[in-house]
Amino acid sequence: MSDFINEEHENITGIEKQAPDRITDKERNRYRDLDNVIKEYIKKPGHLIGILHKAQEIFGYLPEEVQTYIASKTGIPVSEVNGVVTFYSLFSTEPKGKYEIKVCLGTACYVKGAQEIMDTLKENLKIDEEETTQDKLFTLKSTRCIGSCGLAPVLLANEDVYGEIAAKDVMKIVREYQKGEKIEN
Amino acid sequence: MKIENIGDLKALKEKHYPLIKQRLGHRNGLGLTQIMVCSGSSCVSTESQAILRELERELDEHGLNENVRVMKTGCLGFCQHGPVVMVHPGEIFYCRVKPEDVKELVQTHLLEGRLVERMLYQEDLTGKRIPSINDIHFFKAQERIVLQNCGVINPEDIEEYIARDGYHTLADAILNKRPGEIIDIISKSGLRGRGGAGFPTGKKWEMTAAQDVTPKYVVCNADEGDPGAFMDRSILEGDPHSVLEAMAIAAYCIGANQGYIYVRAEYPVAVERLEIAIGQARETGLLGKGLLGTLFNFDIELRLGAGAFVCGEETALLHSIMGARGEPRPRPPYPAQEGVWGKPTLINNVETYANIPIILRRGWEWYQGYGTATTKGTKVFSLAGKIKNTGLIEVPMGTSLRTIVFDIGGGIPGGKKFKAIQTGGPSGGCIPEKFLDRPIDYESLKEIGSIMGSGGMIVISEDNCMVDLARFYLEFTQDESCGRCTPCRVGTKRLLEILKRITEGHGEMEDLDILERLSLDIRDASLCGLGQTAPNPVLSTLSYFRDEYIAHVRNKTCPAGVCKGLFSYQVDEEKCIACGLCAKACAAGAISGAPKQPYRIDPAKCVKCAACVAKCPKEAIVKGSDKEAKINENAGIFSGTGSQESRAAL
Repeated sequence: MSDFINEEHENITGIEKQAPDRITDKERNRYRDLDNVIKEYIKKPGHLIGILHKAQEIFGYLPEEVQTYIASKTGIPVSEVNGVVTFYSLFSTEPKGKYEIKVCLGTACYVKGAQEIMDTLKENLKIDEEETTQDKLFTLKSTRCIGSCGLAPVLLANEDVYGEIAAKDVMKIVREYQKGEKIEN
Repeated sequence: MKIENIGDLKALKEKHYPLIKQRLGHRNGLGLTQIMVCSGSSCVSTESQAILRELERELDEHGLNENVRVMKTGCLGFCQHGPVVMVHPGEIFYCRVKPEDVKELVQTHLLEGRLVERMLYQEDLTGKRIPSINDIHFFKAQERIVLQNCGVINPEDIEEYIARDGYHTLADAILNKRPGEIIDIISKSGLRGRGGAGFPTGKKWEMTAAQDVTPKYVVCNADEGDPGAFMDRSILEGDPHSVLEAMAIAAYCIGANQGYIYVRAEYPVAVERLEIAIGQARETGLLGKGLLGTLFNFDIELRLGAGAFVCGEETALLHSIMGARGEPRPRPPYPAQEGVWGKPTLINNVETYANIPIILRRGWEWYQGYGTATTKGTKVFSLAGKIKNTGLIEVPMGTSLRTIVFDIGGGIPGGKKFKAIQTGGPSGGCIPEKFLDRPIDYESLKEIGSIMGSGGMIVISEDNCMVDLARFYLEFTQDESCGRCTPCRVGTKRLLEILKRITEGHGEMEDLDILERLSLDIRDASLCGLGQTAPNPVLSTLSYFRDEYIAHVRNKTCPAGVCKGLFSYQVDEEKCIACGLCAKACAAGAISGAPKQPYRIDPAKCVKCAACVAKCPKEAIVKGSDKEAKINENAGIFSGTGSQESRAAL
């Protein structure tokens, strides 16, 4: 697969050519990180999903520019990159809020009332699933079983797990994050 | 240090065995106390790692480092009572430990030599506190073969695995046995694929070994996608080396040099443990070039999934390993003929691999001693849903569902009635009470419209609506359908629409027939396992819980009070103390009342948000059937007219 690294592509620092004025230092660093990831991964075949995971870690999501960039660097057609990105539910093409609130809708959580938790969150945050609040603080998502069925129903706020929660308590958790945010500011 | 022969393994075993022996209940005068902190995902998410740090800090403070060792261990399966901490000698089992309890634990147990009563497991029936794990019924009733190392060894230390005879079978296989001999033992043991389909494992190995093409590949399917199933995750987290060892044995048997473990990205702890395990195996020469000083090379690479249920299907998984969209393809050619990069590939599930080392160590005759006529060995099940002891259990095949639910699982909490048990995840069915005494194996579950699947079991109580549950599963499969074949893509969507209609109170009797016919068509015409089994939840609920469907359609009621359109909240006038809290909580203004008189809910305004239920101090707001309201609305005729039956009523 390393034949795919085309010298020509190496010289185009991708995004700069597309939008030379708008690129910031932060952005440039991100692309540099991505370059390193691709260099590492491309040594072995079939690593597109691995690259996308890392790219999402770096950029927070996978906008079109990043997908095009990965395509040009790896030699994989951009249609194929986009096909893979849109196939898997863990890849997002939209920016996410600072906190991703994920309600587990696995069966164990569902039979213990996870839907009520989801409904309460939707109602109070005034967003639907897969949407982000206007202040860019919360993104609401449902997640597949995370295997912590002993704690059902389960909610995740980024990496923090909250188990055995009741619908009426769920907003308390959200408010903690809102409060923390105020203090941080 | 590189391990080159069985002697090296034995030397390592000697070194660590005393510690392991103590954990197994031997009083061998070590003069050491060992504290094992459960570090499975469930306990990790309830702060077990904070307990670990706190313990280390406390021990440091009291200068106990010399005589007390603290370490991580894998899931013990009693997740409901986590985080779990075990102290040896004595096999003392502390549950629901919090970081702030550590001070007391160190002070009372370690310094004063007394048990901390309040943290011991409390038996449900007698209320007695039970100190030792060996006396807790949940564990006594199990037969732990695959899980024998989970909770006993530190999964992040290869030497502890070796002390449990780990990698001995690999060494014996490579150094002393021919591939054919090993495959023969696996075939004779009767082991069948634990991923769900139950294909004979020995036969699969034989088929892949017989291919005359190189290179070949070995793949481990760790894409445990069924909601409510966490067996594979626990094995990977608690005993990752058993899977690596088995994959290396498989590679030796079929003639492969490269293996892949395809693991869900939703399992970060399992991924981390696997990375550590692979690193340690490479360092010691048990993976990589020239295993145990021979010319046999074998290495393993991790591939992460990205959230697609269909990737648990083997042909879809192969595509995903190669970095493409995880869409299945028709078989044949089977992966044994054309798999990764078009080459012969052996794919087995995590639990199947975890069975291999122990079968080779103890012999196929011994393994055959467990199980039923057609299904040998044990099976790990995850128990979840409306059950007291949520967690992970391992029992011999042929154990009855009743034993699992009511004996080991402790029954339904809150005095509720058992309604059904759902096995096999979204591909399985719901089993009613009348079949609870059946011994379970692949065939018996199939006969009653469900499947073994990977081993997830969800207990459903009288509070759950079966139609709603069928809708829930269809929502899942419809969402996860990859869209490649029409029966699955369009068929599941239509099924879901009908089920939604029924749960919203717009169903008709004809819908039940359509559901059934469509389900059979989807089953017969879909390309892969996902589509072929997607209708199972509908078919099984239709045949065992038809009366619930009929109640939704004819009477427009949801007997379990789950489907929002089909019940209303009412005030129990005898319980109401007219405090008015409910009226204040109601955002829709649906509750009215006066002092000293029971309050009333106007069903026309009520949005069923249940805010009032949460506020009522007397639990006076209850779910009632919406039947009367609906009947009045339709002037005596059941709503949703148009079916033959309602036309006849006219």
